[in-house]
Amino acid sequence: MAFVEVKSPPPPANALSGAVADVTALARGLGVTLGYMFQKPVTIQYPEERPRISARHRGRHELERHDNGLEKCVGCELCALACPSKAIFVEGAENPPDAPVSIGERYAKTYIVNMIRCIFCGFCVEACPTEALQLKKVFELADYTRESMIYSKETLLAPAPKREATDSWMPG
Amino acid sequence: MDGLFGLDGATWDIILAVITALIKAFVIVNGLLLAFAYMTLTERKVLGRMQARFGPNRVGPFGLLQPIADGIKLAFKEDVTPRQANFWVHMVAPMMALIPALIIFAVIPLGPEMRILGQPWTWYVAKINVGYLYATAIASVGVYGLVLAGWASNSKYALLGGLRASAQVISYELAQGLAAMTALVLAGSLNLYEIVNQQVSSGLPYALYLPFGLIAFVIYVIAGVAETNRSPFDMAEAEGELGAGFHTEYSGFKWSMFFMAEYVNMINISALATVLFLGGWWPIPTDAPGFIQGLGPIVFLIKIGAFMFMFIWLRATFPRLRFDRLMSLGWKVLLPIALVNLLLTSAVVALWPLGVWPFAQ
Repeated sequence: MAFVEVKSPPPPANALSGAVADVTALARGLGVTLGYMFQKPVTIQYPEERPRISARHRGRHELERHDNGLEKCVGCELCALACPSKAIFVEGAENPPDAPVSIGERYAKTYIVNMIRCIFCGFCVEACPTEALQLKKVFELADYTRESMIYSKETLLAPAPKREATDSWMPG
Repeated sequence: MDGLFGLDGATWDIILAVITALIKAFVIVNGLLLAFAYMTLTERKVLGRMQARFGPNRVGPFGLLQPIADGIKLAFKEDVTPRQANFWVHMVAPMMALIPALIIFAVIPLGPEMRILGQPWTWYVAKINVGYLYATAIASVGVYGLVLAGWASNSKYALLGGLRASAQVISYELAQGLAAMTALVLAGSLNLYEIVNQQVSSGLPYALYLPFGLIAFVIYVIAGVAETNRSPFDMAEAEGELGAGFHTEYSGFKWSMFFMAEYVNMINISALATVLFLGGWWPIPTDAPGFIQGLGPIVFLIKIGAFMFMFIWLRATFPRLRFDRLMSLGWKVLLPIALVNLLLTSAVVALWPLGVWPFAQ
């Protein structure tokens, strides 16, 4: 979309040339609006037409897995510490050696993100030492109840399963 | 039909004329209101396109049912009268704005007098020899609706809006009247049908009577925009300054009557400008064969449509004037130019025979 360069006009020599300049300016204004009328509207017809999402968009959280299916998250709780709005709750536990959940010594037994509190700042992603937590491009997060806005570990784990009834938030 | 029901032929002619006029009036009033409804949609769509967006396109195909949805919404909205408002004046004011707007169209000749299936047919309700005076007189009544609405609402914003509306309409009526006088002087008649007929028979609309006709036309259009309280002269309802101006305290159907009045007035001003300066159904000759004459009203409506587009275009482009600038434009620029223009036109008309324009060719 081209922007019209605005030049400040020289001061008019007399009243008549001033009037002519004014009328010319009005006509140019009319030309601008008429030009816009024949341009394609910039509107995205949202539900039918999808918006283009930036590669760096910070949307829904996702807990990543290694290729072998083990979780990247080691339950260190650094994300919860980094969170400025206290939206994340992590409860770590010892990783059982016979049936490992993560690749580390510990894993996240509980991982809860309160999407009502989350401000999508991405500090949790920056804090994560194992790159387990990612903010994805998904942005359609609206729901009908407060309870359904609290995402449990099952909801967050990749590949993102269909969201279901979730845990209650923050015991105690 | 001599002797039917014991009435003679002359009486039957009168009865038939009355019935015809009633049917025409019914069609015109409903046509104007339908035009109003779709004008709101057109305005929103054109404004949208001029702002690089779509405008309403959700209700029905291309949003074509939007006016109906709007109408249903407005009809069922709560009709609030402020506690300390004057109830009767508050109720009558919207009608005083709407009814004059609707009855002006009676004198507008949409097409040439013609014969359909051998019967004489006219495209107007009334052909009166003071047609233009009738139109301006009725239009002036319409401003009472705005003033009374502002007064009766017992609201400062509404009162200021009403005062602005009256000051503005009275100021611009002068320039508008003088510009219209130029066309009337050229035609030598106040009869709108005669005015159009002269332009059609001379083959030259008065806007092309250079330079005076064009100047008068431009002044008439500018003053017309101010008369209808349309942007950029929409002081009376300046939503950024006065809430909504004179209709701040109105809602529901009464509010929509003001809305209708504004748009029907736009149609009226467009129709009058078409009659006075664009030669009505010019270039369709008045004495053409029947089916070509039938194109007359279509040409007329196209011209009205062009004016309506101009109203929207102006609104999309220009910011609102400051009130003192509005007044100085009306009194210090348009009025003197229109006055001198009228004097010079009159001199030319007095010096050359009627219907001859020395600068035309």
